[in-house]
Amino acid sequence: MAAMDDRPVIAEFADVHRHYVMGKNVVKALNGVSVQVRKGDYLAIMGRSGSGKSTMLNILGGLDRPTSGAYRVGGRDVSKLNDDDLSDVRGREIGFIFQSFNLIPQLTVLENLEVPLFYQGRVGAESRKKAEYLAGRVGLSGRLEHKPMELSGGQQQRVAIARALMNDPLFLLADEATGNLDSNTEKEILDLFDDLRPDGVTIVIVTHNPKVAERADHTLWLKDGQVEKLVDNRAAARDGDAP
Amino acid sequence: MRMVTLGLKSLMLHKLRSSLTTAGILFGVASVIAMLAVGEGASQETLDQYRAMGVSNVLIRSTKPEETQQTSSTSSSWSILGYGMTYAEADRIQNLLPQATVVRVREFQRGLMHGENWASKMIVGTEVAFLDVANLRIKEGRWLTELDQQHQANVCVLGASIAKALFPLENPLGQTVLAGVEDRFEVVGVLDTQGRAASPNGFTLDECVYVPMSSSRRRFGDVVRNPSTNRWESVELHEVKVKLPSSDQVEDAAAVLRFMLQPAHATKGDFEITVPLELLRQEEKQRRMFNLVLAVIASISLLVGGIGIMNVMLATVTERTREIGIRRALGAKKKHIVQQFLVEAGVLSALGGVVGVGLGLIVPEAITYWFGQKTSVMATHVILAFGISAAVGVVFGLYPAWRAANMDPVEALRHE
Repeated sequence: MAAMDDRPVIAEFADVHRHYVMGKNVVKALNGVSVQVRKGDYLAIMGRSGSGKSTMLNILGGLDRPTSGAYRVGGRDVSKLNDDDLSDVRGREIGFIFQSFNLIPQLTVLENLEVPLFYQGRVGAESRKKAEYLAGRVGLSGRLEHKPMELSGGQQQRVAIARALMNDPLFLLADEATGNLDSNTEKEILDLFDDLRPDGVTIVIVTHNPKVAERADHTLWLKDGQVEKLVDNRAAARDGDAP
Repeated sequence: MRMVTLGLKSLMLHKLRSSLTTAGILFGVASVIAMLAVGEGASQETLDQYRAMGVSNVLIRSTKPEETQQTSSTSSSWSILGYGMTYAEADRIQNLLPQATVVRVREFQRGLMHGENWASKMIVGTEVAFLDVANLRIKEGRWLTELDQQHQANVCVLGASIAKALFPLENPLGQTVLAGVEDRFEVVGVLDTQGRAASPNGFTLDECVYVPMSSSRRRFGDVVRNPSTNRWESVELHEVKVKLPSSDQVEDAAAVLRFMLQPAHATKGDFEITVPLELLRQEEKQRRMFNLVLAVIASISLLVGGIGIMNVMLATVTERTREIGIRRALGAKKKHIVQQFLVEAGVLSALGGVVGVGLGLIVPEAITYWFGQKTSVMATHVILAFGISAAVGVVFGLYPAWRAANMDPVEALRHE
């Protein structure tokens, strides 16, 4: 995220505020956050509970809108879009990965993979081919006809990652993606993220786990709804000063 | 299509719940079709009956006057009770309505015998035109002729069931039937089975033996003993059938006849005019009423089924809040969520509708088979029942679907 970076900005917060009215009080969950995510970035967002992490995640994911300020995805301000258009943004530009995998239990792996394309009317032979390719990419070829219940947690999360990649999103948005996994599986999933990066995948991961955050290039620290600091993990590692 | 298979998959998650809900619609649809089929069958039977009586006919029957206390206590069994239509009146009717066919009918209940076979049925003395006016068909032999009439011939035509009763094994043509103790009639014809309801005299057309009017008068006279009351009654004509050239004239003719006959019969009130066309219209009116009542019952039963669907869909939506959140996060618009749950509700009720139609087709068959009740399943009823069930699914699925679509995706994703 250096100043002279010429990679395109994929997602950008420009002085984003998000205020909730709770009875007579106004809770300022985000209070003037500005940040840019460029293509190929690997950004971790850290902070204690109440720091505004979840709110930031929701806005990044197009599930919520800023009270003021702009949120641009691919250069387009999406903070004022209506529900349908925002749904389109989620469906086309963002690849969600959740803590609890969030596969749909009654559907097979293949069908789960096809869900994002289904809402864009793009289900067919092509989507099947793509699902097969991505299942292979995350190491799950041959499991397309399984139900989520028949897979381990790590495998389920791999399916979820493959699903997040189905629509060729601008960036992957992971919410505590390894929170429900043991440390070995956690490592496998993080390795998979590293694995995907040469394909040009951009990753934003929200976490409270420093071990997870340190695998990213940068860590954005939130505190009381504001950016506390932006740490360059590579530089920190070079300095032998791991966070 | 994919929506439907997805809907089926989700419904399969709760097989018992889904099938119970479906059953609500199923029985609603089946009972609507079955009820309508029974109603339709009964109604058609009655309509056929009236149609068979002739829509361009006016029937004037002699009826026995109500006996007052006084007459019954003072009259001995030897006094003669005279009532009803007369030959003269029949002639006057013919003069009044020259374009009409007037058929006179006399009836005598008699024991009928051939060999060892015996039955107490009705002998009908009548005229040539009876065949046409009563809409009968000859199966074998011939009908009565003018010649029989002129010669007071001792010939008879048998109704189908009396023919079978008296001649179970032989061909009745040319055989002799003994009526009462001494009157013998040669069988010249046998009628087709009519299968209509009994006429007011208590016998169906199939049970009657038809003889020439002239022969009946000569053989039995005009004064007859009524076997049920054991009294002597003098009745010239038991019935006069008037057939008009077209059914348009029936109602006017009936009014004229009523006006004409009223003065002579005012005190006794011993005649009755039946207009099959009027009965037919009444029946059709009743049928419309009946259908309306059925429609109301049907709507209620389907309403109950619909409430069942709504209940289940609301439960489903709550249970699958998280799934809704996931789908929304993956790009589903509100309309997609509405579609998904509407399709599920539609599949539930359509399944119930299809099976219900099947059951609704079987039940009337079973009713006909076991109870002999005529039933008639109409295509329009089936379409109606199925259509209503599908509509019920959509209407009652709408609110749950709307609720699902309007959930906050963030809240929905957080739902455990």
